[in-house]
Amino acid sequence: MSEDQEMITDIETPIYHQYNFTAGRAPARFLTQVRQGVLTGQRCPRCAAVFVPPRGSCAACGVATEEEVVLPDKATVQSFTIVAIPIPNNPIQPPYIIANLVLDGASLSFIHLMSECVNEQVHIGQRVKAVWKPEEEWDYSMDNIRYFKPIDEPDVPVKLIGKISVAGMPAAGWESS
Amino acid sequence: MKDIAVVAYHQSDCVSQAGAANEVELIMPQLRAVFDQVGLNNAQDVDFVCSGSCDYLQGAAFAFVAGVDALGAVPPIKESHVEMDAAWALYESILKIRMGHADSALIYGFGKSSSGELPVVLSQQLDPYYLAPLWLDTISLAAMQARMMLEQGLITERDMAEVVVRSRHNAMTNPHAQLRGEVSLDELLAQDTYVAPLRKSDCSPVSDGAAAMIICTVAKAQEWGVPYARISGIDHRIETHNLGMRNLSDSVSTRLAAAGAGIANGDVDIAELYAPFSHQEIILTRALGLGANTRVNPSGGVLAGNLMMASGLSRIGEVFNRIVAGEARRGVAHATSGPCLQHNLVTVLESA
Amino acid sequence: MANLAAVVGIGQTKYKTKRGDVSIAGLVREAALHALQDADLTWNDIEAVVIGTAPDMFEGVIMPESYLTDALGANGKPIMRVHTAGSVGGSTALVAASHVQSGTFKRVLTVTFEKQSESNAMWALSTPQPFSVHLNAGAGGYFAPIIREYMRRSNAPYDVGIKVAVKDRLHGARNPLAHLQKPDITMREVEDSFMLWDPIRLLEACPSSDGACAMVIVAEDLANKSPKPPAWIRGVAMRSEPTMYAGREEVNPQAGRDCAADVYKQAGITDPRKDLDCAEVYVPFSWYEPMWLENLGFAPEGEGWKLTMEGATSLDEGGDIPWNCSGGVLSSNPIGASGMIRFAEAARQVRGDAGDHQVPGAKLALGHAYGGGAQFFAMWVVGAEKP
Repeated sequence: MSEDQEMITDIETPIYHQYNFTAGRAPARFLTQVRQGVLTGQRCPRCAAVFVPPRGSCAACGVATEEEVVLPDKATVQSFTIVAIPIPNNPIQPPYIIANLVLDGASLSFIHLMSECVNEQVHIGQRVKAVWKPEEEWDYSMDNIRYFKPIDEPDVPVKLIGKISVAGMPAAGWESS
Repeated sequence: MKDIAVVAYHQSDCVSQAGAANEVELIMPQLRAVFDQVGLNNAQDVDFVCSGSCDYLQGAAFAFVAGVDALGAVPPIKESHVEMDAAWALYESILKIRMGHADSALIYGFGKSSSGELPVVLSQQLDPYYLAPLWLDTISLAAMQARMMLEQGLITERDMAEVVVRSRHNAMTNPHAQLRGEVSLDELLAQDTYVAPLRKSDCSPVSDGAAAMIICTVAKAQEWGVPYARISGIDHRIETHNLGMRNLSDSVSTRLAAAGAGIANGDVDIAELYAPFSHQEIILTRALGLGANTRVNPSGGVLAGNLMMASGLSRIGEVFNRIVAGEARRGVAHATSGPCLQHNLVTVLESA
Repeated sequence: MANLAAVVGIGQTKYKTKRGDVSIAGLVREAALHALQDADLTWNDIEAVVIGTAPDMFEGVIMPESYLTDALGANGKPIMRVHTAGSVGGSTALVAASHVQSGTFKRVLTVTFEKQSESNAMWALSTPQPFSVHLNAGAGGYFAPIIREYMRRSNAPYDVGIKVAVKDRLHGARNPLAHLQKPDITMREVEDSFMLWDPIRLLEACPSSDGACAMVIVAEDLANKSPKPPAWIRGVAMRSEPTMYAGREEVNPQAGRDCAADVYKQAGITDPRKDLDCAEVYVPFSWYEPMWLENLGFAPEGEGWKLTMEGATSLDEGGDIPWNCSGGVLSSNPIGASGMIRFAEAARQVRGDAGDHQVPGAKLALGHAYGGGAQFFAMWVVGAEKP
């Protein structure tokens, strides 16, 4: 072997695995509804928390969730960040907002994009509404919603985030909390 | 060494495809079943939780994190995880109890291998520089091992088929088995080879599912007032990764682990062996020094159903079930990991 | 009750973006050898091996204990592999300790590692999952909103994170093993660096490193005989909580508070700031220092940032409770090893073996690791003296 040859110090071994991914029962129910433009959550029979997207259990209580709750597509910003890194295969341009959003009627947040907003004016407690893709593009995925955009409603006080009822008004009894 | 009591065990049926079921949905029914066996509510009622699973089976990093959602982990619990068969999660839990930081533990394992092509996926367990790029799947490796034994006259094809006949027959009384039924030696030997010299029937199926177990100190078991089996010994050993440097026709690590677990301290009435290939059951039977007085794989073994990441735990569970039912007084459960029985864990259980 | 155990050997590799000079096996062996040498022991002295690493997708090797058996002298021995997401470095140390504390073994080798240059960590952390929106958020995208909420609640000045970023890199400059060597870093430089996930700037985030960390943990009688001072394990604790549930407190997680309370109780600590001499805490994004100061009871809720701004956590400023003298996760981050590096560096401090980043006279130190959505916590307290 000639001394001029370079030492091999690494090798590239591309690895490809194919997986047939199935959603769980609870996510499948959720996605079937999303495909029709309807957002739903599941309520814990023990503590009444509403999980969106549902995973089939209440993580706090360790019991299965069954009861489905239809939710509006309005939400409150629980927190957010402005991101500078692009998303592969997504036309949205940095800097864009990724926000933790709590749908009216839900007890916890999920993460989604915000757009049609001034990034510097996005704030905790802000009210937003979903902007859906055209119906003919709907599939079994949360990205039927392109993003959420701000709407002209008064901000929600921080301690009420997650306690808004489906109707959009604070749940009864909030005055005492 | 504090004796550990096994007080509950449950597993899902071994099915080739769990279908639309996420981690939480696979695990929760097994947890519910073991909690009910003891009269507990949720993970708040045990002192420690440990699980076993493998991300690559599902094709998602952090698959085990989703499993925590099945536990009822509020307020926060003491919980850990091994990226191995849940039999090793059991081992970790035993150490926790022995050091006095827990009196009871919940263990569970789960896997949804049907999402991918398991034998091929597992080829990536091999040395990443020399072996993984060859994509040596687990069945081919086992086939080479069987070939060696056949050529050395250590087993015959008939011996292998006999293992399968017994497995399918025993599985007829196992409600969770995937493959069961009376099948004749001649029928099996007439089948074409699949990955020569292995026939399809010599290979375990790949099953989706989950299994769960509760262990505790003997004092706790008595406090709970539930039937239990004692774990009187447990040990595990691994061999070199280099297949060319191992004697593949014997399982040295199983011998070492068995000695460490005290297998020779009494009669072995039953043995549940994690042998995903028929010839491996023979290797293990010999390595454990089992004689004619031991019933091997009364459940049908993993040839009847193989819950990846829970099969090791389920061997221990099967022995527990039979001891508590009075069918055996002392038994051995074996778990394995890695190519061609590289890593082996041996547990000895005895009646209370 | 738990048997006494101690750390008698520690080994680490130099942390770099890419260790192109060693294979994965070579990397772990390097750390393990250093630990054995530090303990004046040989491979044959080790009875069991416990390894830990973050998701296999970071290297593309499934269940690597199978492949690494030979590199770690584990042929014929028991070996286990722990995986608890980001806290794995810490939990691996705890599992290894339990091998000795349970009276089952007398001498255990534990190694954690990450050679994430071999795969793509950002991809592995957020592989696109079917049916969910792919936001490529990564760890920074996940934690930035939580940090924002902390800033809102505490009204902390905007540059607290910047101060931590500077402090930890200056500490790292005292540690020849640290990945980022930035002895000339300034507040200005950090403030001007690119804003990745507002409010996290590039220089407020951890690097991506290759590296391994190893320890030898032994039983009391063997520790008594070891040539260098042992670090006695005075408390061990772990806690987990679910990623998401109604009313989950994400800024000041319950699991972290409970874990700290448990480990302090074991170690007889009632006032962490006073009772501990230093701490190695998992701070991957700078703002997590003030947040963890509160979570771990060093400061009242809402006031962690004051300790940072006062210089209380700075070795260079003569602070009374230096944090992350090794440079911390902000200076080196081989994900699977980072937790154990915290635990090992805490041990080095109480052994008087921390070189230029030694806290003079350190006798009691905390090691901390967390992972997942700040839901898995592992902690230990080590001391120069037996309890």
